[in-house]
Amino acid sequence: MIHLPIAQVIIPLLAAPLCLLFRSKHVAWTIALCATWLSFGVSILLAIHVTTVGPLSYNIGGWPAPWGISYYIDALNAFVLLIVSGMSALVLPYAKKSVEIEIDDPSQPYFYSLLLICITGLLGIAATGDAFNMYVFLELSSLSSYALIGMGPRRRALTAAYQYLIMGTIGATFILIGIGLLYSLTGTLNIHDLALQLRVNDILSSENRTLLTAFAFLTVGLSLKLALFPLHLWLPNAYTYAPSVVTIFLAATATKVAIYMLLRFCFGVIGNGTVFQMTLGKIILIPALAAILVASIVAIFQYDIKRMLAYSSIAQIGYMILGISFATTTGLTAGILHMFNHALMKGLLFMVMGAVSYRVGSVYINDFRGLGRKMPWTMSAFVIGGLSLMGVPMTAGFISKWYLVKAALENGWWDVIILILLGSLLAVVYIWRVVETAFFNPSHEHEEEESGEAPLSLLIPMWSLVIANIYFGIDTSLPLGLAQQATAILMGAN
Amino acid sequence: METTIDIVLLTFLCITAIAIIYIRKLFCGIMLLGIFSLLSACLFVTMDAVDVAFTEAAVGTGISTILLLGAMGQTNAHEKRPPYQPLIALLVVLVTGSVLVYGTMDLPVFGTPDAPIHLHVAPRYIQQSPIEVGPPNMVTSVLASYRGFDTLGETAVIFTAGIALVALLGSSQKKRPPCASPPQPATLHDHLILRIVGKMFIPLILLFALYVQFHGDYGPGGGFQAGVIFASGIILYSLIFGLNTAMRVVSPKALRLLGSLGVLLFGGVGLLCIALGGNFLDYNTLAARPVDGQHLGIFLIELGVGTTVFAIMVMMFYAFSLRGRNTS
Amino acid sequence: MNWVGHYNYWGAIFLMMSGFYVVISRGNLIKKLIGLNIFSTSVFLLYITMGKIKGATAPILTEASQLTASPQIYSNPLPHVLILTAIVVGVATTAVGLALTVRINERYGTIEEDEIRAKDDSL
Repeated sequence: MIHLPIAQVIIPLLAAPLCLLFRSKHVAWTIALCATWLSFGVSILLAIHVTTVGPLSYNIGGWPAPWGISYYIDALNAFVLLIVSGMSALVLPYAKKSVEIEIDDPSQPYFYSLLLICITGLLGIAATGDAFNMYVFLELSSLSSYALIGMGPRRRALTAAYQYLIMGTIGATFILIGIGLLYSLTGTLNIHDLALQLRVNDILSSENRTLLTAFAFLTVGLSLKLALFPLHLWLPNAYTYAPSVVTIFLAATATKVAIYMLLRFCFGVIGNGTVFQMTLGKIILIPALAAILVASIVAIFQYDIKRMLAYSSIAQIGYMILGISFATTTGLTAGILHMFNHALMKGLLFMVMGAVSYRVGSVYINDFRGLGRKMPWTMSAFVIGGLSLMGVPMTAGFISKWYLVKAALENGWWDVIILILLGSLLAVVYIWRVVETAFFNPSHEHEEEESGEAPLSLLIPMWSLVIANIYFGIDTSLPLGLAQQATAILMGAN
Repeated sequence: METTIDIVLLTFLCITAIAIIYIRKLFCGIMLLGIFSLLSACLFVTMDAVDVAFTEAAVGTGISTILLLGAMGQTNAHEKRPPYQPLIALLVVLVTGSVLVYGTMDLPVFGTPDAPIHLHVAPRYIQQSPIEVGPPNMVTSVLASYRGFDTLGETAVIFTAGIALVALLGSSQKKRPPCASPPQPATLHDHLILRIVGKMFIPLILLFALYVQFHGDYGPGGGFQAGVIFASGIILYSLIFGLNTAMRVVSPKALRLLGSLGVLLFGGVGLLCIALGGNFLDYNTLAARPVDGQHLGIFLIELGVGTTVFAIMVMMFYAFSLRGRNTS
Repeated sequence: MNWVGHYNYWGAIFLMMSGFYVVISRGNLIKKLIGLNIFSTSVFLLYITMGKIKGATAPILTEASQLTASPQIYSNPLPHVLILTAIVVGVATTAVGLALTVRINERYGTIEEDEIRAKDDSL
């Protein structure tokens, strides 16, 4: 169906005000559930179309690009759309019970509305082929995230949301400056047309200072959004104090979409192989390595396990950027594949956190004592998620780490390989802390009656992710195939 | 002559910005921000961006100032002296500024007619849009038709801000217990001049808002500006005659409904275009002649935008005022 | 390289940097939002400056403009459209930021960043 690309974004967009027309929280949840499952279905259809037939293009308003805004879905977009809509479809069933205890009743329709808008924003960024449209939907998703994080139960959620707002808006304004400078060079806003105009007018080969500045601002702005070290300061607080559902969703999707934007601008607009782009790759290599090392070390010392996982996310983002900075086929495949795998891993781990928070009330490491016996399903899910994080064979995480090491081997960068393996080792340390406390430390006697296993509506999405982690670790054809197709497009662009 | 006005306005802007940096009374800072916005709007007029100037004056000067004052009224009115010299901040700012200046060196000189941006996409907008789309105001054609999807995103952003505010500052459905306290005196009700002049002006403001809404095709204006002006009329009413009276006239429930309906109307028009055989937001399908279809499409979506903006702006004002009233 | 021709850009850059400076150096939450507003508005100034053509007029067709002897040139309407959207996004962000500030003030009793941090760390 030709209207699939726009349906992908319109369904959650129009479901959001619909949620608000009814006062009941049950109706709001049902509308949100239907909208996310429908959009997941659309993204599956799009992925099938793109891999079998070819890229899909859609002119909104009937005006051809670059005069109108057009959606352009190729393998890279379709992959990101799958990640975002898939996570949203899993999170909604989870949300029913989780949101009940964290958000008060009158605010719940607003919560679901904001969540739908966040999903819309992220899908819109991934689906569009117009740079300014990307900015509008970026701000849409960011604005709803600020509000969603601010709805967390503790007062630190408010300061976390405010800090994220300031840093996020600075990032978005930098991106706007970058887009403006690019526009001033070429006169167009469409991504493909930008690439074309930069070559037609021979701006790319000349040492154009405006182009350099535009990309400097775009990179810094996007680094703020994807929490690349050292611009990651908003992430630990935001993930720790947000409501569980929000953390699960944002950790799995928001930063990936920012990485997608970086890929589009760096490879789609500048193209592969130019001197300019090689320099950019080298510049983001150092922060990526620093992220892996520093964030993993800091994670080890955290008592709040959600915070530990947040720092772990920063390290994982370092892995993704590392893969991208290689700018080789293997490296790019590794980075893109890790986007998918990390969504599976972190989504699962944060779902475990949500379940523990649901039953026990908090997620400090001491609260995990004896949970291995009281919540066996939940904690085994944590173990499998942890194994995936470490990169153990037969889990999804192993494949992307393997490709990363392969890419580093191709370049002969032994120190990078050592750092990658060191990062995995550090992950073992901070995961083992929790596993040890849960399974090998006895719980306090008087806590026996209080908790039990998490409810089914929390367990089923959790274990779907567990199965996904294991399945995509063994049969990696689907994500790897998509990642390789995406890489081919990015490497082949001009 | 234009250059002189330009330089004078820019100088005043710089002075205002420096004043804002150093001033510590927040009330003065907010007022200076209002002046900054207004001066920017004047500068936009000098640079032929009349629609933008209108929006900046209405939204930037008007709504931002109201919201800032509302927030300041409930928090602190003074800023603390910074305990240390922010040298790192100064360094970061200098580096960023120099990179930007470096970047603008290869830009075409200000005002040249053959810069790349005037040669590629814009000529079709300028030459063809009166024929293809219809409205003499080219900005409206681009905003509502060529790049109509951006406008849908923008309406969604406004909608998001509104519900974010209600979610964070509490639902405005808190009913006061019937015998709790004596009815709040309207704050400015005793000011005779304000009351009488207000009664004369508010209908004119609302009428002007409707004019801006429907005249957006022929001059500066459109849904956003109209929604904001309409909202400011209601806000003025609320300031003079009291929040309770205003909430009886324009109830929060109605606002929530209007806010959602505006976005749904915009999206609904797009879906209607799909149902009639075109792409999303392809107004050519809406009527027999494409130009008529464009006219109808633009009319409907501007209506949607105006409705949502009006509802959300008043909703935001209510959210701040109710919070202040319930916690004081 | 034309120094005089770029004065508008540099004025906008100076304003941007003043706004940016306020955001990163001041600790008062409302002051930071004011700085953010200045930053955004100056970026708009940069965009609109790029769209201006000397000797042109606003991009609205009026009867008067169609009757002139030489063809009327119009300034570029595309930056105007982009900035209209950006202004609205900016005010939405300010609104959400202010709502968070009001809530923070209720829960912490202050809107100065260092005092808030002290209260959080002392727990």
